[in-house]
Amino acid sequence: MSKGQEVRAAFRQKSAELAVAALFLLFGGIVIADSVRLGFGWQEVHGPRPGYFPFIIGLIMCVAALINIARALTMHGGHNKTFVEVGQLKMVLSVLVPTAVFAALVTWIGIYAAAVLFIGFFMRWLGKYAWWKVAVVALGTAVVLYLVFEMWFKVPLPKGPLENLLGLG
Amino acid sequence: MEEIQSLMHGFGVALSPMNVGLMFIGVILGVIIGVLPGLGGANGVAILLPLTFGMAQTPGGATSAIILLSCIYWGALFGGAITSILFNIPGEPWSVATTFDGYPLAQQGKAGQALTAAFTSSFVGAFFAVVMITFLSPLVARFALAFGPPEFFAVYLLTFCAFVGTSKEPPFKTLASMMLGFALAAVGTDTVTGTLRLTFGSTHLLTGFDFLVAVIGLFGIGEILLTLEEGLAFRGAQAKINMRVVLDTWRELPRYWLTSLRSTLVGCFMGIVPGGATPASFMSYGVARRFSPDGDKFGTGKVEGVVAPETAAHAAGTSALLPMITLGVPGSPTAAVLLGGLMIWGLQPGPLLFVEQKDFVWGLIASMYLGNIAGLIVVLTCVPLFAAILRVPFSVIAPIIIVICAIGSFTVKNAIFDVWMMVVFGMLGYLFKKLQYPLAPLVLAIVLGDNAESAFRQSMLMSQGQLGILWSNALVGTLTTLALVLLFWPLVSWLLARLRARSG
Repeated sequence: MSKGQEVRAAFRQKSAELAVAALFLLFGGIVIADSVRLGFGWQEVHGPRPGYFPFIIGLIMCVAALINIARALTMHGGHNKTFVEVGQLKMVLSVLVPTAVFAALVTWIGIYAAAVLFIGFFMRWLGKYAWWKVAVVALGTAVVLYLVFEMWFKVPLPKGPLENLLGLG
Repeated sequence: MEEIQSLMHGFGVALSPMNVGLMFIGVILGVIIGVLPGLGGANGVAILLPLTFGMAQTPGGATSAIILLSCIYWGALFGGAITSILFNIPGEPWSVATTFDGYPLAQQGKAGQALTAAFTSSFVGAFFAVVMITFLSPLVARFALAFGPPEFFAVYLLTFCAFVGTSKEPPFKTLASMMLGFALAAVGTDTVTGTLRLTFGSTHLLTGFDFLVAVIGLFGIGEILLTLEEGLAFRGAQAKINMRVVLDTWRELPRYWLTSLRSTLVGCFMGIVPGGATPASFMSYGVARRFSPDGDKFGTGKVEGVVAPETAAHAAGTSALLPMITLGVPGSPTAAVLLGGLMIWGLQPGPLLFVEQKDFVWGLIASMYLGNIAGLIVVLTCVPLFAAILRVPFSVIAPIIIVICAIGSFTVKNAIFDVWMMVVFGMLGYLFKKLQYPLAPLVLAIVLGDNAESAFRQSMLMSQGQLGILWSNALVGTLTTLALVLLFWPLVSWLLARLRARSG
């Protein structure tokens, strides 16, 4: 892959601005919809209904989002800079995707085994370390975390089949 | 002097061997947190907060817990200077101005001098801010004892409007991000009527979003993603501090007393206003450059250019705790996390704290004096050690930090769902940071959302729905009017600029 492709813009400022502002609009809409369901008006004796405050919040959010959308749409060419380069985006995704996988793995195999796999993958794939170094750091971290959290602070962390097998669960 | 007596009592509480030990542990952890990319004061404290739940249950434990956490905060403030000077990477936003003169100094081989100046002036700034807290906070608290719901709501309103009026970010982005925080705070059980709001049948959302998870994701994961864009390698100057350099620098520092004084004042004032530390450091750097005889040489490696922002940032960071302990309104994201901690430990932040929890409040204030001394000792003696941490390759340190963040999110409520939420907040943090949506108002809104809402609803109940109650007496009226002025300040300054452009 040539260098030129790596610095090419993956997204421009305008599309990123629009996407995030639209997210805000969507979320504000959800808040308003739920406030309407709960009732946002005034109730005799009890005062404001549960949806009263969120309704105002949702309203301000939607107005702010619409103004941000308008500002993004009227953005001039010069301001529409690169939001993120292809190379940068790859770098960010190469961390974000494993992190998401790690978070999902915690549910199935517990946090310790997931941490060993995650750190190992990261060091081997991005850092290109020798296998023995990968093993030392990944397993060492898991052991230190176990000692600190389970032994010292007595905070149980999620465990999976592996810990049960070792009799630590 | 009643304050002096209370303070002496506070020293008695803070000087127990356990608390002094916790102070040093806190400062060391804090410096490490401040030095590491992706970990800063706010999310460092957020990660460690769940570990103090047990500690806070024991008698006097809440004081020990706050000492530990606030010392992490001081440590992180000190740690930010190390990365700025040696690596030209500001660990915290308020250390950005320190890089202007700190990094050139390090490149000229005067890293030791720059670091000594930074640490010492941080200490000076923090010291004066603590003195101010000692004498001012009992007054503010006594004053605030008479506050009712409308007054509290006006204070909240002022806090949030100040974000719109003073932040560098576009006002409508500040507003959007703040409202997102309020909406997230509203998720879950309504505190007044017990109705479920915005849960859409999900059991995970019954208890709402926890601000700790949001802080860890937004600041921790988001920051790591941003750091990655810049690449994986850090290149830094060597740091050596020996006694000679320290003493030589100390002999030079009194020359800049006027700069120190100005920066302290700017810092103390800006710290009370929310989000103050970062603007305070820039502002005092700018002021120092204008008034210093060597002003035009700033940016090429002047010690004075390190003194100014560091003094102000530390003064601001410290005085951000004043509104937190007296009014229950934090001045910075880290103070917001500490405030959240108080609520979790079962303490109600606000003026009553000074009446009902004397040991706690004065122990905390005394520990601010001692913690900063502990901090100064630790950083002056251990700089090479901390700098070595930054030399650990990012591909080793990043996954470990992410794992620690995940554990921090999990331990808040023992819920794996929160680990997923952390990842989502991480993505949001990355996007928001890049698009100039400020994170501080978002975090403050999540922490204060429920309190602000109940203050608002109680006020409305008192007045049967008339907004006029926010102007019902001189105090509340002034606060509300000031809040509205700040809210519309961006509009006013825009109009003024247009008028001036037309006439000129």
